[in-house]
Amino acid sequence: MSSPESVLRAGRDPYHIGHAPSTGAPEYTGHGAGGPAPKRIVVGYGFWIFILSDVILFSCFFATYTVLIDARNGGPGPQQLFDLHNTALETACLLLSSFTCGMTSLAVARHNLLWTEITLAITGLLGLTFLGLEAHEFHALVALGAGPTRSAFLTAFFALVGCHGAHVTCGLLWLGTMMAQFPAKGFKETIRHRYLCFSLFWHALDIIWIGIFTVVYLIGVITP
Amino acid sequence: MTLLGKLTLQAIPLNEPLPLFSGLAVVIIALAVVAWVIAKGYLPYLWREWITSVDHKRIGVMYCILAGVMLLRGFIDAIMMRTQQAMAYDAPGFLPPSHFDQVFSAHGTIMIFFVAMPFVIGLMNVVVPLQLGVRDVAFPTLNSVSFWLTAAGALLVNLSLVVGEFDKMGWLPYPPLSELAYSPGVGVDYYCWSLQISGIGTLMTGINFVTTILKLRAPGMHYTRMPMFCWTALASNLLIVAAFPVLTATLAMLLLDRYVGFHFFTDTGGGNSMMFMNLIWAWGHPEVYILALPAFGIYSEVVSTFSNKPLFGYRSMIYATMAICIISFMVWLHHFFTMGAGADVNSIFGIASMIIAVPTGVKIFNWLFTMYGGSVRFNTPMLWAIGFIVTFAIGGMTGVLLAVPPADFQLHNSLFLVAHFHNVIIGAVLFGVFAGYMYWFPKAFGFTLDERLGKWAFWLWLIGFWVAWGPGYVVGLEGMTRRLQHYDVAEWRPWLILAEVGVGIILLGILAQIAQIVVSVRTRDRRRDVTGDPWDGRNLEWSTASPPPPFNFAVLPDVTDQEPYWDMKARAREIGQLTRPEPEYEPIHMPRNSPTGFVTAFLATVTGFALIWHIWWLVLLGLVGAYATFVVFAWRDHDEELIPVEEVARLDRANRAARSAALHHRLLRRETQRETPE
Amino acid sequence: MIVVALLVLGELSGCGRAQLQPAGPISDAERKILLDSVVIMLAIVVPTILATLGVAWWYRGSNSRARRQPDFVYSGRVELIVWSIPALVITFLGGIAWIGSHDLDPARPLPSKAAPLDIQVVSLDWKWLFIYPKLGIASVNRLVVPAGVPLRLRLTSASVWNAFWIPQLGSILYCMNGMAGTLYLEADRPGVYRGESAMISGDGFADMHFDTDAVPQHEFDAWAASTRSAGPALDDAAYRVLLQQSVPAHPYTYGSVRSGLFADIVMQRLPPGDGPRDSAPGVHPVALP
Repeated sequence: MSSPESVLRAGRDPYHIGHAPSTGAPEYTGHGAGGPAPKRIVVGYGFWIFILSDVILFSCFFATYTVLIDARNGGPGPQQLFDLHNTALETACLLLSSFTCGMTSLAVARHNLLWTEITLAITGLLGLTFLGLEAHEFHALVALGAGPTRSAFLTAFFALVGCHGAHVTCGLLWLGTMMAQFPAKGFKETIRHRYLCFSLFWHALDIIWIGIFTVVYLIGVITP
Repeated sequence: MTLLGKLTLQAIPLNEPLPLFSGLAVVIIALAVVAWVIAKGYLPYLWREWITSVDHKRIGVMYCILAGVMLLRGFIDAIMMRTQQAMAYDAPGFLPPSHFDQVFSAHGTIMIFFVAMPFVIGLMNVVVPLQLGVRDVAFPTLNSVSFWLTAAGALLVNLSLVVGEFDKMGWLPYPPLSELAYSPGVGVDYYCWSLQISGIGTLMTGINFVTTILKLRAPGMHYTRMPMFCWTALASNLLIVAAFPVLTATLAMLLLDRYVGFHFFTDTGGGNSMMFMNLIWAWGHPEVYILALPAFGIYSEVVSTFSNKPLFGYRSMIYATMAICIISFMVWLHHFFTMGAGADVNSIFGIASMIIAVPTGVKIFNWLFTMYGGSVRFNTPMLWAIGFIVTFAIGGMTGVLLAVPPADFQLHNSLFLVAHFHNVIIGAVLFGVFAGYMYWFPKAFGFTLDERLGKWAFWLWLIGFWVAWGPGYVVGLEGMTRRLQHYDVAEWRPWLILAEVGVGIILLGILAQIAQIVVSVRTRDRRRDVTGDPWDGRNLEWSTASPPPPFNFAVLPDVTDQEPYWDMKARAREIGQLTRPEPEYEPIHMPRNSPTGFVTAFLATVTGFALIWHIWWLVLLGLVGAYATFVVFAWRDHDEELIPVEEVARLDRANRAARSAALHHRLLRRETQRETPE
Repeated sequence: MIVVALLVLGELSGCGRAQLQPAGPISDAERKILLDSVVIMLAIVVPTILATLGVAWWYRGSNSRARRQPDFVYSGRVELIVWSIPALVITFLGGIAWIGSHDLDPARPLPSKAAPLDIQVVSLDWKWLFIYPKLGIASVNRLVVPAGVPLRLRLTSASVWNAFWIPQLGSILYCMNGMAGTLYLEADRPGVYRGESAMISGDGFADMHFDTDAVPQHEFDAWAASTRSAGPALDDAAYRVLLQQSVPAHPYTYGSVRSGLFADIVMQRLPPGDGPRDSAPGVHPVALP
C-alpha cells in the first residue's frame, strides 16, 4: 500500500466496497478514472475546446472566402490589391508576439512580476502594431474603392481578415486586463489559470494568421 | 443620427389588434407575476437561491421552466397557424400574410431554440453531474451565464411581438429574401441577434459539458462505465461545440450584409445565396441530433429502469451514438436536394443520410431487447418511451424516404416534409423530455408527479399528435407546399380541419400536464420521495437524496462497474442495511453564487435590442458594460464557499437514515423488489 | 399504419391530383420510387412496432408466464442481426437512391421522338413568367404546353428564391437569381395540372400558383399563333413593371418578347427585382400588365 495511487485510492474508498484496484489508472492520464481532474487541467482542457470551436468559426469564413474568391463584380482581385511586404511585417509582429508571450509564460511560472509585465507589454505592443498595420491596409483598400461592399470577394476578404483582427483586439483587451491583474492579485492559482487560457488564445490566433496569410495573401497573389 | 435609432412609436402595433392584445396580455401577466413575487417577499430568496445560483441542479430546473413557458408560446403560434389554414380555403382567414409569416417563423424559431434546446440542456444540467458522481459541472459560473444568455435570446424574440416585428421567412431566413433589400424591417435582425446571443450561451454549455464528461467523473468511472445518458450528452455536446460556431458565423455574415452592405449572400455584387444554404444546414443538421441524442439517452435510462433490467447492448449503443454523432456532419445537403447539385452529389448525400438510419435502428432494437426478459412497469415515463418508439419508427421511415433524392424532388418543402420533422422532433425530442422531466422530477423536487394526470397527458399527446400530423403526410402527397397563408384546393381542406382537431387534442394534453404540475405540488406530501430512489433506479443520481444537497455527494462514490448504484443496492438489499459505514465527513468547497450570468444577460438583451434598432450609443454602453462585468468577475477574491462539516454530515446522515429505514422495512415486508410507486 | 392506410386510400380513391396521380414520365418514375421505398421500409418498421408493443406487453410485471432474464444484456447473434438488417435495407435503398438520382436528374434530357420545347421560367414577386424563346411569346401565371412533347425548362428568379413545382408532372427545382437551372418535364396526356412555388418568397407567396394546360400539339400551335399576334410586348420597360411586387388578378400573355431577355435576367444585366415599396401588410391583386 505504498504507491501514490493506492494511497489516494484508500482515501477515496471510504465505503469499503472492496473492489479490485482500477488497473493502473493514475490520476492525470486524462482517462478520468482517477476521479475529477485537477483544476488546472480542467480549465486548460475547457479552453482548448473553446479554441477548437473558434477554429470552426474561422473555417466557415475560410470556406466562404474560397467560394467567393472569384466573385469580383468587375472589381480588383488579390493580385491588384495585396501588398506582401505589409503582410510580412504583420506576420513578423504576430510571430514575435507569440515568442514574447511564451516568455511571459516562463515569467509567470517563476512568479516574476517585473518580467511578466515587461513581456506582456511587449506582446501587447506587437499586437497593437499588427492591428495598426492591418487597419492601415483596410483603410488603403477602402480609399481605392476596394472596400468590403465592392464585391463578394472583398466582402469575404474583409470578413475573414477582420474576424481575425477582431479576435486580436479582444486578445489585447484581455492582455491589458491581465497586466492589471498580476500586480493587483499576484500569482494566485486562478490568475495563472487565466493567463494559461490567454496564452493559448494568443498562440491560436497566431496559427490562424498563418492560415490566413497562406490562403489569402500568398495563394491569392500567385493565382491569376 | 437620432437618439433612438430606428425606434419610433410606430414599432408598437397600435393598429393591429392581434399582436397588440396578445402582447399586452403577456406584459400584464409578466408584471403581475413579478408584482406577486415582490409582494410575497420571495425576491431575496429567488435572487439568492435561483437567479444567482451556479448550482447545475438549479440552472437545469430554470432551463426546463424556460422551455415549458416557451412551449406555451410556440404552441399558441401553432394553434393560430392551424386555425388560419383550416379557415383559409378560398378565403383570407384571420391572419394577413405578413402576420401569418411572422407566426410560423416565430413558431419554428421558438420551438427549436427556446423549447427543445433548453429542455434538453436543462435535463442534462440536472442529471449529468449526478450520474457522473461529481459535485458540479466544470465551469459553474459559465453555466449560469449560458442559461441567462439563452433566456435573453428568448426575451428578445418575444419582445418582437410588441416592439417591431419578427422575421417572415421561416425559422431559417434564406437570403436573398432575408437581405435588407427584400426585408427592410427589423424582423430578421431580431431573429439574428437573439440567436447570436443564445448561441453563445449554447456554445458555452457545449464546452462545459464536454469538459465535465471527459475530465470530471467519479473515481473508477471509466468511459465504459458511464451511464448511457452521459454518453449521449457527450455526443450532443461535441456536436454543439462543432456546429454552433457555424451558426454564429453564418448569422454574422447575414448581419454584415444587412448592416454594413457586405455581399455574402446578396443578389448583387457577386454574393452567393447558395453558400448560406450550405452553411446554415451544416449547422442545422447536427442541430437536430443535438436534440435527438440526449432524448435517446433518456429513453435508455427510462427503458432500463422500468424494465428492471440493464440496458441491452451497452457497447453497441455507444458505437451507435458516436456513429450518429459523426455521420450527422456528413448529410447536410439532403435539405436542399432540389437546389440542383447534380446526381452524383445528391446520391452521395442521400446515401449518407440513409446510413444514419442504421445506428438509429440498432438503438431501437436494443431498447426492445432491454424490455425482453425484463419486468416492465408502465409508469408514465415508460409510456412516453414506448410511444416514442412507435412514433419515431414511422418518422424515421419518412426521413429515409426523403433521403432518396428523386422522392425528395416531389416532397421537398411540402407538408409531407413538415409532417416528417414534426414526427421526429415531437416523437423523439419532445416525448423524450416529457419522459425525462417526469422521471427526474422527484430527484429535483423531492416528490413524484401525479401518475393519473401524467397518463392522461401521454394519451392525449399521442393521439393528438397523430390526428394533427397524419393529415400532414396526406396533404403533402396531394401537392400542398408549406407556409401557405391561403389556398384554393378543395381536397386539402378536410385534412387541415382534421389537423386542427388534432391540435385541440394536444391542447388538452398540455392542459393535463399543467394540471399535473399544479395538482402534484398541492398534494406533494402524499408522494414524497423519502429515500431518493422512487423508481428503483440504476444509476448514481438515485443514490443521492431528493433533492440532492448542494454538494451532491458527501464523498464521491467509487465506481467499479456499469450501473454502480444498482450493485450497491443489490448488496444492501441482500443484507437489509447499508453496505457502507458512515464515511469520514469533510468540509466541502462549492463555487459561490454569482450575479454574473444575470447581469451579462441583461446587458446582452440591452445590447441586442440596441443593435436591432440601430441605437449605437446604447450598443457601445452595452459592450462596455459586458467588459466591465467580465472584469468584476475576474477580480473577485473568493470564488468558493465552504460548506461546514456539520452541515455535510447532517444532510448525508438524514439520507442514510431514510435509506436504512427503507431497507429495514423492506426486509421485514419480504415483498418482491418491484413495487410500483403511486 | 395510419400513413399506409391513408396512402392506400389515396391511391384507391384518387384523392388529390398530385404526386400520386402522375401525368408524366418523371412524376411516374418518382411515384414508383416513393411507393417501392415505403413498402421496403414498412417491411421492417411494421414488425418492429408490433414487436415493441408485443414485448412490452408480454414482459409486463404482472405477467407470471413471462420468463425473466435479468442478465440478458448482450448477445452476439442479436447484435449481428440488429446491425445487419438495417444495413441491408439501407444498402438496397442506397442503390435505388443512386440509380434513381441519376435517372431522374432534373437536367437529364427525356428520351423522346419529339424535339424538346424550350421554355424559360422566371419567378418574380409574386408571379410566374413563362417565355417561349423560339416562339417569341410569353405568358404570366399560365403555362400552356403540348402534351407528349418533352419540355426543356430553364429556371431563374428575378429576385428571391422560389421553387418551381408541378406535382403531377415532376420534380421541384429552385429558381435563383443569377443562375439558370435546367429541368426536363413532360405531360403524357392533355389536362390541367396545378403548379406552385415550393419556397416562401414573401407576402404574396400563397398566390404563386399557376395552371399548366397540356393540350394536343395542334391546339398548342394554334394558341401560340393567336398569342403572337395579340397582347402587349415584353420589352425592358414591361419587364420592369413585372419586377415590382404585385400579384396579377388573372393570367395573361405577351405577344412578343425581346430576344435575349432571359439571358440578361440570368446574367444580371437586368437588375434584380425591387423589394417592398411600403410596409403595408397584405398584397392585393392588381390588373397587369
